[in-house]
Amino acid sequence: MFGQLRDDPLGLARSARSRRSETLRPRTDRAERVVKSVCPFCAVGCGQLVYVQDGEVSQIEGDPDSPISRGRLCPKGAGTRHFVTSPLREYRVKYRRPHGSEWEQLSLDQAMDMIADRVIKSRRETWQEQDEQGRRLNRTLGIASLGGATLDNEENYLMKKFFTAMGAVSIENQARI
Amino acid sequence: MGSNMAECHPVGFQWVMEAKLRGAQLIHVDPRFTRTSAMATRYVPIRAGSDIAFLGGIVNYILEHGREFREYVVNYTNAPVIVDEGFKDTEDLDGLFSGFDEETGRYDNSTWQYAGMEVRGAVQSDETALSGHQVGYGGAAAHMRRGEPPEEDPTLEHPRCVFQILKRHFSRYTPELVEEVCGCSREQLVAVAEALCDNSGRERTSAFCYAVGWTQHTIGVQIIRTAAIIQLLLGNMGRTGGGIMALRGHTSIQGSTDIPTLFDILPGYIPMPHAHEQQTLAEFVQQNASTTGWWGRLDAYMVSLLKAYFGDRATAENDFCFDHLPRISGDHSTYQAALDMLEHKVKGFFLWGENPAVGSANSRLHRIALANLEWLVVRDLVEIESASFWHDAPELETGELKTEDIATEVFLLPAAAHTEKNGSFTNTQRLLQWHFKALEPPGDCRSDLWFMYHLGRRIREKLAGSDDPRDRPILDLEWDYPTEGEQEDPRAEAVLREISGWDTEGRAVSGFGDLKADGSTACGCWIYSGCYAGEENLPARKRPGQEQNWVAAEWGWAWPLNRRILYNRASADPDGKPWSERKKYVWWDETQGRWTGYDVPDFGADKRPDYVPPDGALAEKAIAGRHPFIMQADGRGWLFVPSGLQDGPLPTHFEPQESPFRNPLYGQQSNPARKQRRHRLSPFNPTAGHKGGDAYPYVLTTFRLTEHHTAGGMTRTVPYLAEVQPEMFCEVSPALAAERGLENGGWATIITSRTAIEARVLVTDRLRPLQVQGSELHQVAVPWHWGSRGLVTGESANDLFGLALDPNVLIQEVRGATCDIRPGRRPRGPALRELVESYPHARQERHR
Amino acid sequence: MSPALNLGTKPLGWPQSYGEEAAPRMGFFTDTSICIGCKACEIACKEWNEVPEDNLVFSGQSFDNTGALSANSWRHVAFIEQNVPAATPTAEAELPEELRWLMSSDVCKHCTHAACLDVCPTGAIFRTEFGTVVIQDDVCNGCGYCIPACPFGVISRRERDQLPAAAGAEVAGLGTTHKCTLCYDRLKDGMEPACAKACPTNSIQFGELDELRERAGQRVQELQLQGAGEARLYGEDPHDGVGGLGAFFLLLDDPEVYGLPPDPVVPTRHLPEIWGAAVLAGAALAGAVVAAVAGGRK
Repeated sequence: MFGQLRDDPLGLARSARSRRSETLRPRTDRAERVVKSVCPFCAVGCGQLVYVQDGEVSQIEGDPDSPISRGRLCPKGAGTRHFVTSPLREYRVKYRRPHGSEWEQLSLDQAMDMIADRVIKSRRETWQEQDEQGRRLNRTLGIASLGGATLDNEENYLMKKFFTAMGAVSIENQARI
Repeated sequence: MGSNMAECHPVGFQWVMEAKLRGAQLIHVDPRFTRTSAMATRYVPIRAGSDIAFLGGIVNYILEHGREFREYVVNYTNAPVIVDEGFKDTEDLDGLFSGFDEETGRYDNSTWQYAGMEVRGAVQSDETALSGHQVGYGGAAAHMRRGEPPEEDPTLEHPRCVFQILKRHFSRYTPELVEEVCGCSREQLVAVAEALCDNSGRERTSAFCYAVGWTQHTIGVQIIRTAAIIQLLLGNMGRTGGGIMALRGHTSIQGSTDIPTLFDILPGYIPMPHAHEQQTLAEFVQQNASTTGWWGRLDAYMVSLLKAYFGDRATAENDFCFDHLPRISGDHSTYQAALDMLEHKVKGFFLWGENPAVGSANSRLHRIALANLEWLVVRDLVEIESASFWHDAPELETGELKTEDIATEVFLLPAAAHTEKNGSFTNTQRLLQWHFKALEPPGDCRSDLWFMYHLGRRIREKLAGSDDPRDRPILDLEWDYPTEGEQEDPRAEAVLREISGWDTEGRAVSGFGDLKADGSTACGCWIYSGCYAGEENLPARKRPGQEQNWVAAEWGWAWPLNRRILYNRASADPDGKPWSERKKYVWWDETQGRWTGYDVPDFGADKRPDYVPPDGALAEKAIAGRHPFIMQADGRGWLFVPSGLQDGPLPTHFEPQESPFRNPLYGQQSNPARKQRRHRLSPFNPTAGHKGGDAYPYVLTTFRLTEHHTAGGMTRTVPYLAEVQPEMFCEVSPALAAERGLENGGWATIITSRTAIEARVLVTDRLRPLQVQGSELHQVAVPWHWGSRGLVTGESANDLFGLALDPNVLIQEVRGATCDIRPGRRPRGPALRELVESYPHARQERHR
Repeated sequence: MSPALNLGTKPLGWPQSYGEEAAPRMGFFTDTSICIGCKACEIACKEWNEVPEDNLVFSGQSFDNTGALSANSWRHVAFIEQNVPAATPTAEAELPEELRWLMSSDVCKHCTHAACLDVCPTGAIFRTEFGTVVIQDDVCNGCGYCIPACPFGVISRRERDQLPAAAGAEVAGLGTTHKCTLCYDRLKDGMEPACAKACPTNSIQFGELDELRERAGQRVQELQLQGAGEARLYGEDPHDGVGGLGAFFLLLDDPEVYGLPPDPVVPTRHLPEIWGAAVLAGAALAGAVVAAVAGGRK
């Protein structure tokens, strides 16, 4: 106490520190794991550290190990936690029937089944064996696809592989745009 | 140029700032003064769309003043090569090269060939005519005897050698002309040209950075080509601190091109096969590959791909299932698909993290196209405008669409975020980086890998037992991937391993040199081959940068073969010695008898610099030891491009599709080979000199902000990003604001023949009027991040643009159109269309 | 400055009150000459400190839609567009002036003599072991004395009606004052503050204040040698009216241009009287406090 009078007579420093301030620790201390990731925005490819606590992302910040970014991030990269936890994020399948005016619920399983049926049907209806000059086409133009460029290489690979086998050729990407 | 790096790639820009701190000059040439310009040593404003004139002025400066790096140019480029006698330049034909067909709007490139080369066969011409695409890369179908062009003049004096053709072609691109076309001063052009020349050569290098400010034009590819000419003339390719950096916009947009979801190519830039009565695999290879250079192994790449696709079902007897592949016969790009939706030709559409209702040119047309589908699957993190159009598109307000009339069935399937899946992204420097899953996707959210795999599995199950031959390719597909976890997510490593490839024993291959054409290897993408060499997921390597040298070869994996600088043999002189000690990178070590240095050498490491290929040598063995450009049939950097481009062997200044000016160089106004997609919903503004052209007196260009990403679906949804750029706005100069009565912070309506949108006004000196062809030009600049949904909303800039496309890559021109602008908000309801209809549309005939 | 107010070049009570816990005084050096105005600092700060968003309105003031530092914006990037004489004389006769776009990330200055701290009646504001100034939300009663005391206008009270409706009901810290803590929690773990870590160009540099001052001195010399005669430091001088700033700046123009006071003075001019009163009060209370503390630790 007399130490305080001498060292902090106005109570501006240590003596004003609350118990909470004294024991404060960064929330990243409580993370159950830290996972190395890559920023999903532009193509610089900055390294990110994803902190997970109680089954949720508690923080995303730069990975100092990355020789590309050296731990730094731009505003989008720095805002990634709220990108993955956005209040607008959808967590359930939504379905709008033809001419409908409302979204309806659908199970993921049922949606997958319905989509598979539609692919098969549209493919049959629009199949082109050959053109009017008798040249082999072996395809459908009735099913198209447009991907964003946040797709993983592995995802693009499976998409191109399956759609090509299916005969769908209008398989496109943001890379065109 | 063509890039706003500080704003769009801020963290990459740290290296530019670091170079600047060490004394590098930073030059920014751009229609707008941006946050990049603010950091530049020198800023030069130019009119949007005039880049070739500016760059051509630099080419002319280099050639006029003899500033080229002679030794590099003679040995490493095709400058000495003699071109066919029949070639005619745009200088000769008033803006056309020889071979143009007015009827089809296409070029026949047979007169662009090297003198003494065999002319392309009939089948080849057929292929071109069919698709509007010349197939192949790196001198496809250029069948050379041991990688050497037939006629050359190393003195560069022959009137038909590339060097002299180049000189004549650009001789009128003087500083005065640049001033007239671009609106910058002649002194500014000269200062930039001098800075580039002074900082290039043996001891110094200069780099170009570009982004979609260059690609999104009807002459986009040729703009980049002009930069390539400059960099080859100055000796800046294949060297540290040199190059042309494509600053790609999305985390894996490079990967999306390498392993394409693009209609005209297969993985590794192998062309999609075209429609033929009969075509064997061997014929396909023969027609699409040169015999010399690394494309000379196309047979091995293609057979290995078919083995990866169809596994044991692909055999030599059935031509490795080559006939299972669908055939293309024209433009099947996303813009054509949207037009086909309007005609009900496309029934079903998948969107994966893409939002054409905001992000594609003429987004209004895309929204209406979506309303004409039978079914639509949207995979995204949020309900984007392309999923919500049926209940909130702006066309509901104008009465053009009615919810109850829209028959489209919409499935919105929530997607997993990058934190919820394993996989690799390929960044702008070709570097594959693995991201690890941090947690399971919540609720119904799933990765696209999960969705594609399980959708494919279900379709295969439903078709099992079908004897319909058209179902054969689906059933023959190799589609067994191990899954993990409760959600049965396919293992991404297993897919990456397939991409990298394996041999008959199932061992991972070490690179594309291991691939065989006999069916004994499988590889999903030949340029990625080796990314799983030694059974290790090399993109997942994360050895800290601080523990490595500056090349950081053990962070991730770059294609090809973990090479960080392409064509790095050019970092050494023809004898294999570094051009300079300061800039040394890869060099020939005579004592070891191999190439060595900081990076993986471009060549076979033991190919001597004095290697001369024997007659009949094939593929990479046909490239001489002094030629660095190993993908080209002749191993040289192409100043002049004899094949592979739709719109000419040399870049030429053309006006944008919509321009307030006539082309001062040629009678030919715009790129004659450009693709114009006309539609009732997508007219063009009349251009200068045509009736109604003066109704749209201003140049309109789009841009991006640091605070948002592309169409905004990933950032308008993030609270902290929404607040730092909360509203759609347009940038105008104080002079234009005065001319049109626009008030800072108030509203403006921007009008084109497609539609009109409203935006808040930002009056700024950063946009300045330019003197072009003797008159004052104003430019209007709009960011394109907003749409009708999100935490912040606004009208979409892309609604304003038409569909004029680059003929090589079918990318839209949104960096230089015309518009009008008025103060105040736009009319509501049907009155909006009335306003737009009160403006003129271009008449239907093709105008040059 | 009056000799009567010679408060020294160290914060009161620091480091001596912390004994072995005391750390070197930490701070920010913001080199605005390399700021690219990306606002990564603003976002990284909000993400880490869970500061609510507060404004979704277009300002029309260049690219600044944040406006000012406040309880809900602990970093603020200022954008100043100006026409200045061309730096490099060229033949561009028609362009005697060129555009300059200044950007600068502002933040709490963590003053050596911090008026907010001096006037806080509840002890909510304190000087940390790192020599920084932090408002403790568990102590603050929202009286707001600190708000006018700050010569830089850094502090404000977080009110519900400033926040967008979408911000939700459970916003933390309503009714109390807030500002930059120099990421006090991160510092305790040896981490650097979120803004400095994110900053792509290293415009925001974090470190020991003494070392930063030295680095800043070199940088300003370097710039002046390169011809940027207007480059100057702001707040690095421990003998100025606030005893120097824990977060100081390299500027390329007058402070007013960036919205900074040219000669900030700690407004607690009556500090000597406060000091005297405090000593008396402290003596009077000492016995009781000792008893209470001793009792509490039994």
